[in-house]
Amino acid sequence: MSDAPLLALRHIRYAYPLAQRPVLDGVDFALAPGERVGLFGPNGCGKTTLLSVMMGLLPATGGEVLFQGRPAHTEAEFFALRRGVGFLLQHADDQILFPTVLDDVAFGPLNLGLKPAEAACEAREALAFVGLQGFEDRLTHRLSGGEKKLVTLAGVLAMHPKALLLDEPTASLDPDTRHRLVHILEHLDAAVLTVSHDWDFLNLVSNDFYTIEGGKLVREAAAELHWHAHAHPHPEQPH
Amino acid sequence: MIDEPFASGSSFLHRADPRAKLTAAAALSCILAVSPSPAAPALALLAGLVCLAWAGLPKHSGRALWRRLLAVNGFVAFLWVFLPFSTPGETAAILGPFTATRQGLALAVLVTLKTNAIMCLFLALIATSDAASLGQAMHRLRVAPKLVFLFLFTYRFIHVIGDEQRRLFIAAKLRGFTPRTSLHTYKTLASLLAMVLVGAMRRADMTRQAMLLRCFHGSFGTLRSFRLGRGEYAFLTAAAFFAICLSALEVLHV
Repeated sequence: MSDAPLLALRHIRYAYPLAQRPVLDGVDFALAPGERVGLFGPNGCGKTTLLSVMMGLLPATGGEVLFQGRPAHTEAEFFALRRGVGFLLQHADDQILFPTVLDDVAFGPLNLGLKPAEAACEAREALAFVGLQGFEDRLTHRLSGGEKKLVTLAGVLAMHPKALLLDEPTASLDPDTRHRLVHILEHLDAAVLTVSHDWDFLNLVSNDFYTIEGGKLVREAAAELHWHAHAHPHPEQPH
Repeated sequence: MIDEPFASGSSFLHRADPRAKLTAAAALSCILAVSPSPAAPALALLAGLVCLAWAGLPKHSGRALWRRLLAVNGFVAFLWVFLPFSTPGETAAILGPFTATRQGLALAVLVTLKTNAIMCLFLALIATSDAASLGQAMHRLRVAPKLVFLFLFTYRFIHVIGDEQRRLFIAAKLRGFTPRTSLHTYKTLASLLAMVLVGAMRRADMTRQAMLLRCFHGSFGTLRSFRLGRGEYAFLTAAAFFAICLSALEVLHV
């Protein structure tokens, strides 16, 4: 699998049931190991749908998803894909499954067949990596929004993904946690695909930029984005 | 919403392996539930109170403890209103048009003793562990995995769903909603509850996806390693001996 991309989409189509036209209409995309890609676009243009199709959570109505050059169709094939690709959901509360932090972060490693002691070790390392040492026995529902986000990230990183998909990772994060997130991503080996409206953040963590127009993935020039990002000192305001 | 006021402490009952406590509490409750006479439940109530004191609950979280017992006995009070007058048997007292029977009163006493005995045992044995350890202990005791999941997820998500409900009610209040006895109120409340339900279903869907994303494949690992030490064995032996005594009392119909 020497030069096959880590994750690729070939002519992906997806239409929601009863929808007039498909959200994704022939999307081609490839993510190489270590690559940093940013994806932006208006609400409802299909960004989250694209990520869900990539992970096999939504079945593509056409085209195929390839992981390390091999097409994934069945649940078992997507299981292999999910071992290698981590997906951070937009809302942390959707992703935290257990009452205590360590149990939650160790959930993935345990699913991968690690022994409890090894899984706990992986979980501790992942927590330390995101800067949450000492949080092991904390109750998840008592955490702040930013801490919850970091716990979910640790849960994904504990599985050592080769690629990481982030869906609006900075939505409702305070500047401090946002800064920590940038720092964490800088020190990560994995390829990262970030979906965000937060131009500054996207610019900090990505080298290539795409948007979705009319159900197709369109590459945007990075320089243009630079200019754009600097032209608006308040990136959260619509333009 | 579910705060665990009894789970923190340093007594033996707090430290003991929750599997031993679960087993003891479950066995004793079953024996008590089928008891036909008041002697065994009375003895168990005494034992329950001793366990409560042993766990140090009345001292450290007395208010919460009494509130729990009061809540249960609120239900029991209803039984006292109906049971004495609806059970056939010898007349014990006459209150206006109603006749209380000896058998009815005995039944009410029996139910009261059983309820409080089981409640005290559960508070002392089960409530002294946190929900996460209890779930894992149930898993180790080979309780059906679906039940364990249901238990752990209820604990995990009841706060989230509760928050959602509170947010919706605050949103309604902010737009001038005051509950009254009116059709508008009922419609609004029904709608808010429906929204909570829809939100919970969406959440359930997302949770399933989140589990798939982290390679869940149906079986359920756990980090905790429990250890049955000498203390646990002594405790289990004592509980077994006590269970045999209770059973003997019941069989002999004392």
